Amino acid sequence: MPTLTIDGTEVTVEPGTTVLQACEEVGVEVPRFCYHERLSIAGNCRMCLVDMEKAPKPIASCAMPAGDGMVIHTNTERVKKAREGVMEFLLINHPLDCPICDQGGECDLQDQAMAFGRGHNRFDENKRAVEDKEMGPLISTTMTRCIHCMRCVRFSEEVAGVPDMGALYRGENMQITTYLEKTLDSEMSGNVVDLCPVGALTSKPYAFTARSWELKHTETIDVMDALGSNIRVDTRGAAVMRILPRLHEDINEEWISDKTRYVFDGLKARRIDTPYVRKSKKLTAATWAEAFKAIKSKLKGVKGDEIAAIVGDQADMESMAALKDLMASLGSTRIECRQDGSAADASVRSGYIMNSTIAGVEEADYLLLVGANPRLEAPVLNTRIRKAARHFGLKVGNIGNAEDLTYRVAEYGDDAAILKAVLDGSHEASAALKKAEKPMILVGQAALTGEQGAAVLKAARDIADKYCMREGWNGFNMLHNAAGRVGGLDLGLTAEGGVDGILDDAEAGKLKTVFLLGADEIDTSGLKGATVVYVGTHGDEGVKNADIILPSAAYTEKFGTYANTEGRFQRTSKAAFAPGEAREDWSIFRALSDVLGSTLPYDNITQLRARIAKDVPGFENIDVIQVAEWGDFGKQGDIASGGIAPAIENFYHTNPIARASQIMADCIDARGGLVEEATGTNG
Amino acid sequence: MLADKDRIFTNLYGHQSPGIDAAMKRGDWDDTKGLIGKGRDWIINEMKESGLRGRGGAGFPTGLKWSFMPKESDGRPSYLVVNADEGEPGTCKDRDLMRHDPHKLIEGCLIAGFAMNAVAAYIYIRGEFYREAQALERAIEEAYAKGFLGDNACGTGYKFDVYVHMGAGAYICGEETALIESLEGKKGQPRLKPPFPANVGVWGCPTTVNNVESIAVAPTILRRGAAWFAGLGRPNNTGTKVFCISGHVNNPCNVEEEMGISLKELIEKHAGGVRGGWDNLLAVIPGGSSVPVLPKDICDTVLMDFDSLRDVQSGLGTAAVIVMDKSTDIVKAIARLSEFYKHESCGQCTPCREGTGWMWRVMERLVTGEADKSEIDMLLEVTKQVEGHTICALGDAAAWPIQGLMRHFRHEVEARIDSYHAKAAE
Amino acid sequence: MTETTGFSWTPENEAAAQKHIAKYPEGRQQSAVMPLLDIAQRQNGGHLTIEIMEYIADYLDMAPIKVQEVATFYTMYNHKPMGKHHVQVCGTTPCWLRGSDDIIAACKSKLGIGMGETTADGQFTLSEVECAGACVNAPVVAINDDYYEDLTADSISNILDDLAAGKEVKPGPQVDRQTSAPVGGATTLKDFISEGEGA
Repeated sequence: MPTLTIDGTEVTVEPGTTVLQACEEVGVEVPRFCYHERLSIAGNCRMCLVDMEKAPKPIASCAMPAGDGMVIHTNTERVKKAREGVMEFLLINHPLDCPICDQGGECDLQDQAMAFGRGHNRFDENKRAVEDKEMGPLISTTMTRCIHCMRCVRFSEEVAGVPDMGALYRGENMQITTYLEKTLDSEMSGNVVDLCPVGALTSKPYAFTARSWELKHTETIDVMDALGSNIRVDTRGAAVMRILPRLHEDINEEWISDKTRYVFDGLKARRIDTPYVRKSKKLTAATWAEAFKAIKSKLKGVKGDEIAAIVGDQADMESMAALKDLMASLGSTRIECRQDGSAADASVRSGYIMNSTIAGVEEADYLLLVGANPRLEAPVLNTRIRKAARHFGLKVGNIGNAEDLTYRVAEYGDDAAILKAVLDGSHEASAALKKAEKPMILVGQAALTGEQGAAVLKAARDIADKYCMREGWNGFNMLHNAAGRVGGLDLGLTAEGGVDGILDDAEAGKLKTVFLLGADEIDTSGLKGATVVYVGTHGDEGVKNADIILPSAAYTEKFGTYANTEGRFQRTSKAAFAPGEAREDWSIFRALSDVLGSTLPYDNITQLRARIAKDVPGFENIDVIQVAEWGDFGKQGDIASGGIAPAIENFYHTNPIARASQIMADCIDARGGLVEEATGTNG
Repeated sequence: MLADKDRIFTNLYGHQSPGIDAAMKRGDWDDTKGLIGKGRDWIINEMKESGLRGRGGAGFPTGLKWSFMPKESDGRPSYLVVNADEGEPGTCKDRDLMRHDPHKLIEGCLIAGFAMNAVAAYIYIRGEFYREAQALERAIEEAYAKGFLGDNACGTGYKFDVYVHMGAGAYICGEETALIESLEGKKGQPRLKPPFPANVGVWGCPTTVNNVESIAVAPTILRRGAAWFAGLGRPNNTGTKVFCISGHVNNPCNVEEEMGISLKELIEKHAGGVRGGWDNLLAVIPGGSSVPVLPKDICDTVLMDFDSLRDVQSGLGTAAVIVMDKSTDIVKAIARLSEFYKHESCGQCTPCREGTGWMWRVMERLVTGEADKSEIDMLLEVTKQVEGHTICALGDAAAWPIQGLMRHFRHEVEARIDSYHAKAAE
Repeated sequence: MTETTGFSWTPENEAAAQKHIAKYPEGRQQSAVMPLLDIAQRQNGGHLTIEIMEYIADYLDMAPIKVQEVATFYTMYNHKPMGKHHVQVCGTTPCWLRGSDDIIAACKSKLGIGMGETTADGQFTLSEVECAGACVNAPVVAINDDYYEDLTADSISNILDDLAAGKEVKPGPQVDRQTSAPVGGATTLKDFISEGEGA
């Protein structure tokens, strides 16, 4: 371990640490533009120059490995001059358009010019002008502002795994572009906006809508997939202006997917902002009292076994628990959270979570995907897998139909029956799992739907049991697509016959009343015969056949708990008020219970959470990985040959908020209309 | 003056055939097996003893450079890369070596490659030298046909290949790590060091990059002995050197001379003297465009070697002597070099990308005098802001000519500004 | 994307491309991108197109942007149609000292075009290039693969006339001179002149 001296302070660092990182360890700030800890070292901006004793010239601290006995100075006149010089060079061709630049107020160039620049201009020549580049619906470009740090190029190649950005020409004519100015074909493209240290790449949907200093920042959790990426929601008044990632090393590092980042306009469109009641076939706006009264009258005489509920993908645990309790008060236990018909088994927690954890991917040396397409189902997880494959020797095999995951994959075909061979040891994946020090199997929902879902789950469980268990390591992992799913399973929201059973029974007239809690991924046409109470946010599939509609709060508008695909509990915060009459879902059920004459025993969310904690162990342990005991789950059964259908056809349209988003629609358009294409090849 | 018997490149001008038979008559490929038989350590030691310093411009001791290569492979092959990306303005010596005396280079590749345990040599030649590349290819084919290269090179049992790789127009590829990038099929952008090429070079393997001349002189040095080479020139500046004399001389030419020859003798003996006589001399850029210009009074006495030229705040560089007589617009001459560096900056790092353009634009105004005198100091500051702050030496190379100009011809620049403003006031 | 004309190697160029690829270690075929772009440019009559770059990207298993980066970094790749003769005048200081301004003026006036332009008949494209590396034979003009050296306004005009007329022209020094030896004869190695054939 090298020991070096930085501005008089001795520090011992891990081998491989750079001088810049060593400076950070002793609290010495070194300015930088191109350096980014999650990208390869470019060393091109030259802002991080420091003095090293015995070196004839200042050294780029970001690129220099810390060596034993080095003596570093960051506060010499020579360093000061070097920084002033680089700063000046960066500014001479940079436009003075900060007042109209979206980066203004949160710009590295601005900040560092203030801290390290000279404060006056000596450049008397014409400034360079660079043509802007088209980069699709998410990224706005002002290339004259570019300082050529290459962060975006490195990100797209290294992290996103789509080497479609580059720098053309050379010298002062060098220009950053996407290949032929196409949209970056990545679900992670928006991260280049965060990475750009200047205003060259900014958020197109956010363009000119707000200034950073006038926004209220709310730290919360994303629900676009089941990772629970940590986000910051920036609001002005009631409006969500933008969504940014927050650092969480074990979940999303500092990345978020384009859906997470750009879905925010869907929070404003097609919102249900008042209760509705169907009167003579027409939905009519109503007061809460009228709506509750209508429900009460519809429920009159309906027996408990004639009532069911389906919970949607973005439901928080508080809402689900309140609904469960309401249902219980009506005599029904028939609540189903697996909208997609997944065979995920609520009885054993280790059977429906990602036991190896997201960060654990970096420790794993072999990963078998079964019906999972992490690129579309959890793009941030996919970048983690790519990172492990690139840097830590992870090998990936795939049973399923995922295309171009951005890393090398051994494709075994999409036939679920291959699992039998893997289990009996005759498949090459068996040997790979067996040989691996930390093997993982990642089962996606695509593999678990359909008639043999439970048998597939059992086979996957048995494979994991046979090959993937090591001391302190459980290699069985389930990948969920729905943010609320693990929470739903934790609350035991599974029903015999699943969602299809409910839809079939409703069609057959056996069900009189069905509650839908944001359930929009099902075909509701079968519910026409029953009274449908829809509690949700958007005018989407769920309202089509609803009789009573109760407007609720979206994830940015409430305090709710979600368990991510690892089983990690995290909570959202209220960044904005729900529109109009909409209320937080749990309080709707609480109020309804009052009207129905059996008041739920909690008056506030704290009491409700205490109630949930009784049923769900560890529920109050926020942001903690809780090791789940291994067990048996799934159902023994034959697995017939047959392809696994993809779980997600269209990444940009997986939930009602996304479907209401014009930005998401623009993303689809920019890709030539993904829906039609997907249907053409897969349908 | 160097005696012909001590000249290495006896076919510098192509009076004789470059072909292998003629080359062998001139002494090339003479008992190469015997030289190789003396072993790696002997070869590297002789090269060190000879005092040969790299002929590409930086003057790093060649034998020492070879000794940095791993003695034992860790599984990775080692490579020799020959820098034939000759493009430093004023310099055109390697061109002659390759088109007229290619076997010296190819034999040198084998011997140097053997000494550093390399599996192959790649000769990176600038794309514009299409005919020279063809000449090299022909010579390489001849060497294979004779069994001098290939599986059992010169009957030594050593397997060695030589390949030609063509550039496509980028001065920066003369920088060794940019050259390596280019050889890997990428833009020629210099790499950060460390790691150094001897550790991580082309395709991640140990690599040594040497100039054409450095490699081409090696066989003769080894044949005639380190002492012979070391006996020529001056201490720490030994041997012979191919000089290129261009510009305002009566007979521009390339010539191989002894290191340490006086600039005046070099010009007068071989290039027919300065146009209009020695007293008509204004200035000389003594080592290719990157080194600072020298005024006549220094040229009167300066010797042409690394240390002598360093002592007068210039450099031997590639030993390309650019002569300018009194008719020269010296500001324009340097401004044209500033344009060259702006054109050739790879654009990777900030000071060079932004600084070369700035310096050139100010220089262009100084040519006409459309400037303020305070801009001279500002320009000098800008050159200091570029110098030493970049990944590679192109930034330095762009800064030095301007610094040299201001050091010796500031009065000329100031007079230009005065006359511009005087005219404007009329 | 629109239907394209479909670039593919001629059999000779395919063989040449394979020969280049074979120079590099296995898996390092990207190293051949520069020579392959050169071959493709020659096959296409002097310039590259997006389609050709994509063909080569595919041929070498590279991302197309990486090929485009290379093709726009190096100055010898052209991105618009070129004249049959690409007249490249060196204007860097050593050539400038010996009259490259006159050479440029002569070319412009003879061809009736400016820098970067191509004559209407598609015969000539005129460019200024940075140091050609033949400084002791300045001023220098490269026309396609050959260097014409020690030029005057008259001699370059004659060369251009001859090329326009389809006549053969002799590359190298345009004065009485053996390559880079001094005019009037070498000052060294005089004994070596008589032996053997000239190059």
